[in-house]
Amino acid sequence: MALTGLEIYKLLPKTNCKDCGFPTCLAFAMKLAAKQAELAACPHVSDEAKAALESAAAPPIRLIIFGDTDQKIQVGNETELYRHDKSFFHMPGLLVRVQDDQPLDEVEQLVSQVDGYSVDYVGQPLNLDGIAVQSVSGDPVTFAKYAAAVRGKTKRPLILMADDPAVMKAGLAEVAGTTPLIYAANKDNWETMAALAKEHKAPLAVAAEGLEPLVEIVAQVRAAGVEDIVLDPGARGSHDSLNALTQIRRLALEAKPDRLLGYPVIAFPGQDSEGTAEESMLAAQQIAKYAGLLVLDHFDPAVAYALLALRQNIYTDPRQPVQVTPGIYDINEPGPNDQLLITTNFSITYFSVANEVQATGMPAWLLIADSEGLSVLTGWAAGKFDADKIATTVKSSGIADKIGHRKLVIPGAVAVLSGELEDELPGWEIMVGPREAVDIPNFMKLWKS
Amino acid sequence: MAVALELPKKKWIGQVREVVLGATEAEGGTRSTTVTVGGENTLPFLDFEAPVPNPPRIAVEIVDRKPNDWSPMLISAWGSAMDDPADWAKAVEELGVDSVLLRISLTDSGGNETTADKARASVRKVLDATGLPVIVFGPGQMDKDIEILVAVAEEAAGERIVLGVCDDKNYKTIVAAAMAHGHLVDARTAMDVNLAKQLNILISDVGLALDRVLMDPTTAALGYGVEYGYSAMERLRLAALQGDKMTQQPMLVTPGEEAWRMKEAKVGEDVPSSWGDWEQRAIAWETLTATALIHSGADIVVLRHPESVRRVKSVISKLWKKGE
Repeated sequence: MALTGLEIYKLLPKTNCKDCGFPTCLAFAMKLAAKQAELAACPHVSDEAKAALESAAAPPIRLIIFGDTDQKIQVGNETELYRHDKSFFHMPGLLVRVQDDQPLDEVEQLVSQVDGYSVDYVGQPLNLDGIAVQSVSGDPVTFAKYAAAVRGKTKRPLILMADDPAVMKAGLAEVAGTTPLIYAANKDNWETMAALAKEHKAPLAVAAEGLEPLVEIVAQVRAAGVEDIVLDPGARGSHDSLNALTQIRRLALEAKPDRLLGYPVIAFPGQDSEGTAEESMLAAQQIAKYAGLLVLDHFDPAVAYALLALRQNIYTDPRQPVQVTPGIYDINEPGPNDQLLITTNFSITYFSVANEVQATGMPAWLLIADSEGLSVLTGWAAGKFDADKIATTVKSSGIADKIGHRKLVIPGAVAVLSGELEDELPGWEIMVGPREAVDIPNFMKLWKS
Repeated sequence: MAVALELPKKKWIGQVREVVLGATEAEGGTRSTTVTVGGENTLPFLDFEAPVPNPPRIAVEIVDRKPNDWSPMLISAWGSAMDDPADWAKAVEELGVDSVLLRISLTDSGGNETTADKARASVRKVLDATGLPVIVFGPGQMDKDIEILVAVAEEAAGERIVLGVCDDKNYKTIVAAAMAHGHLVDARTAMDVNLAKQLNILISDVGLALDRVLMDPTTAALGYGVEYGYSAMERLRLAALQGDKMTQQPMLVTPGEEAWRMKEAKVGEDVPSSWGDWEQRAIAWETLTATALIHSGADIVVLRHPESVRRVKSVISKLWKKGE
């Protein structure tokens, strides 16, 4: 929980020595509360006060990083229950699990596929994040062989999964030089697992059935000096997972109990699911509702694309209007005689219009004006999508060189601009399109160049 | 060291209204079953916090004639049932869903405008073919919607069907038709809490009881702005639980329609290989859109593909426990 300026002031020396660069301790405290100053600027602060301030400033959910410098997973640091209240910040890692009782060549092939998977989504490449290697054999030599083979096929972050510390140790030896997540400490092995995590400076997952046993082991491994922790509350299946992950998120944000649940949660949507279909829907739920890491048991490009798109959507910052780049978008390979429509660069406006146009199968030019991310009506009201802006966009875009006709379709919601536009764009015919994107296909069918 | 944990339950003061779709013979209709939605006083499926009286329900969209703009994958999934709305409605009922949504087309397959009489005949066919509660959507053009929905309301008098969509321009007429013949309305607004609330107020002011209003905050497909709808719904549901009486309507959304308009679902050719198998992708697009929406408060999801229906039905059966 963040402290107020006055609460911070009580922890400072109250000498007004100005060594921090501020006139008084109170002024410095206010700046600290506003995160416009660093505590290190005060040379006289006591160690107790420092500890109290640092702990109060720590995020309610610890940021956990693993992998290596080039390819890493960063999860945690979340502060919200609902994305609309601010944003969700660190997208959950999506990994695929392999086991050391599967044929080695199949494992290698799958790892290569996962490693190389990339799909373009609105201009950005989306990837899966890594591999979880699980010991089913219980044999250190076999697990080491699989861990080494997987490491040989991907540089992406790994989760090593074994209950027996001797097996884990053998696996860790094969991936030295990168930091995996160790899964998992449980009530029986936590002491040795904690020691391994410290030795390898790796984050440690803690697994238990239920929140109370989980909190107990977290307290133990934390007392043993492990700071980077990931939680597995054991709840599998959609119902139990949703309830458990919601409880953990709520308790973590309230710093209860004693911050023992302030860590990212790992989920296994494929476990106890009937095949890819159920796994995909549970994974979607866990992306929306509070998982920090998802370990999938199936890799299907069709499902991976859908999950990656959902993750992108849910973790979009709702405070930033999402924009597309203004300019000319050609849809269905248009030529000089095809129709020209204009709209704003608010992403949902753009996607609604572009998708309707695309779905008709008819070639068309879509001109996107820079409305600074505002929709048609808001843009018009704010002067960001008025006759002047539309005329400037048409003139500066170079669209006149690409088409033989001079007909421009404007959104029905700004029909009122057509007269003014004909003045600003001499020689152009302004046509009023539908108000809603959904009516565009019927409108476009009437086109005669 | 044993730790006693207190479960983090929130005390919500508001509750979603219960709305009943369909009327049996005893209630003045001919439906064999009715469907109750709403009644929650917690967020979706959080039965550790409060009992959840009703699960989200599934409606399946059919059209009064074989549509010419649907994906070939949907055409092959439904086959010849699409040639007749009665057959199609029966095929939907066999999937074990809760409701049939009949969409009236703007024109018939020959391009002739759908008349009010033609729309009545289609609705009659569907009502005779299935015992499920029925939702009827007009073609989506203001004048035509009014003409058709008014006639349909009269044809289905007493059946407690849902008339849609009812928006801020047509609501007076649609609400009057619903009140005259004992129906419900689907109140649609554009992904905005205040617009949704305002339309509920307008509808209520005209005199329709709020237990006859479904809120339809509009949705977008996965990859195409689903997060806007998701957050609008989550905010509406939170407002309802916090006691805002004008946001306490159950929510109906149409992930099937939205997902199947998108290239990812609609098309199988000329797409990147990283998109994977068409059928898997199309079904994933529809089911993941629907999944996200039921977790943000959807009480009715309208779907299109029979396999999506099976999957979403299965996941709801696992998620929903009445609690206590």
